Amino acid sequence: MKRWLILSATLLYAFLHAPLLVLALFSFNAGRFTVWEGFSLRWYEEAWRDARLIESAGNSLWIAAAATALATAAGTLCAYGLWKRGSKLLMTGLTVSLVTPEIVTGVSLLALFQWLFRYAGLQLGMHTVILAHTGFCLAFVALVVLARLRTMDAVLEEAAMDLGAHEWEAFRRVTLPMLIPAVISAALLAFTISFDDYVITSLVAGVDTETLPMVLYAMARRGGSPVVNAISTVIAAVLGAGILASEALRRKA
Amino acid sequence: MNRIRNLALAPAAALLIATVAVPFAILATYAFRSRGTYGGVVSPWTLENWQRLADPLYAGILARSFLVAAVSTVLCLVLAFPLALAITRSGRWKNLLLALVMLPFWTSLLIRTYAWMFLLRDTGLINTWLLRAGLISEPLPLLYNWGAVILGLVYAHLPFMVLPLYAALERQEPQLLEAAADLGAREWQAFWRVTLPLAAPGIRSGVLLVFIPCLGTYLIPDLLGGGKTILAGTLIQNQFTSARDWPFGAALSLALMAVVLVLLWLEARRSQEALL
Repeated sequence: MKRWLILSATLLYAFLHAPLLVLALFSFNAGRFTVWEGFSLRWYEEAWRDARLIESAGNSLWIAAAATALATAAGTLCAYGLWKRGSKLLMTGLTVSLVTPEIVTGVSLLALFQWLFRYAGLQLGMHTVILAHTGFCLAFVALVVLARLRTMDAVLEEAAMDLGAHEWEAFRRVTLPMLIPAVISAALLAFTISFDDYVITSLVAGVDTETLPMVLYAMARRGGSPVVNAISTVIAAVLGAGILASEALRRKA
Repeated sequence: MNRIRNLALAPAAALLIATVAVPFAILATYAFRSRGTYGGVVSPWTLENWQRLADPLYAGILARSFLVAAVSTVLCLVLAFPLALAITRSGRWKNLLLALVMLPFWTSLLIRTYAWMFLLRDTGLINTWLLRAGLISEPLPLLYNWGAVILGLVYAHLPFMVLPLYAALERQEPQLLEAAADLGAREWQAFWRVTLPLAAPGIRSGVLLVFIPCLGTYLIPDLLGGGKTILAGTLIQNQFTSARDWPFGAALSLALMAVVLVLLWLEARRSQEALL
């Protein structure tokens, strides 16, 4: 390979990875400033003792878990239905949901919830965040699972039905087992997207609910602190590990 | 037999109606109504919100959003091309190198943007090092400007450009370049007249995949621009929060959405296949 190509690729990989690596490195710094003063876990301890951070992390986990479960169930079924019988309308809906800028999704959901508040007394809170997250995770799940289904042969299900299986049985005992790795990988993707979301969440969470990205965002807007580095490192490590696991599963599938 | 299939589609259809169709319908009615004295949405129907889009102040912000998205997209293309080319020619390292492109993309946009704040701010890593090395006597204003915003946009969206380019380049037969060389083409001629034109479909999808999210970006200009860099996304957020002018915010949202959908439609028509 040409030398300049290797050089530019190396520089670009450094550009992609160095910022996070440096951030992670300085989360273990004993000092407050960006000068290395020795290894320490003090910022991790400080983060652990911060009740607001821990509570918001709990909220984020709970929201991401609920939204992932709902979106994965609905999205997998949807992909299956679309595989058996295409629906241009639904496909368009999924595409629109995927390409809508986050800020537009956020304000449109805010308008919906405010309308529901006025006519049905619905308050903002965890439930509105979970509904919003389920909504924007759905398209990701459906399209990931559908991509996998399209590589599978419909003949297998037909064979099962020729042998006397009902449609539901054929799905549960033939298609679903082959689909599981794709479903898990889609669920991890949904979890990541939900756990990370700030823009939409901050608009629909109301005043009493705070998620981890909301707290981090507020800290970052004030200029940040080593505590933010520590939490960022934990989140990046956990999400990164989740995604690598999902990739490994998908490749095995 | 169709009952199970319909049943399978029902939950997703209900979700899309509740979280996409109805919210957009509400926005669409708000966009033609007026702002109340206390920031509510009130009855008189009007076209004023749409006329305000042409106001030089707002038209300027929208034009700037286009410009910033275009500059970021071009920079992404220029940076992603050698990277994608290097990956296609890397033999057995291919999968690892691709995964390394994807990895930062999956580890939280908020954190990756914050990482740049950590590097660029006055007390950040770059300024600290330059100060200690005695190269500067005062911190350089690296953060909270347009340069930082574009840097953040390029950094966040680079993987979106690398992947379609890689897919397009991967399909090219290496023999084509050999043939070009046999026919007397120099290396750069072969690149301009063989590699680049054949990569056109990948370039088009990459450009779209970067331009569209950059156009509606909110988080990156808010953090790296420090509230001084107003773009379409920031303007929309503003209307729904501090400015409390929901009808105008709704008109802005629909206008942005219309641009996004037209771009996608044009590309879908051109390539005769769905982008996704």
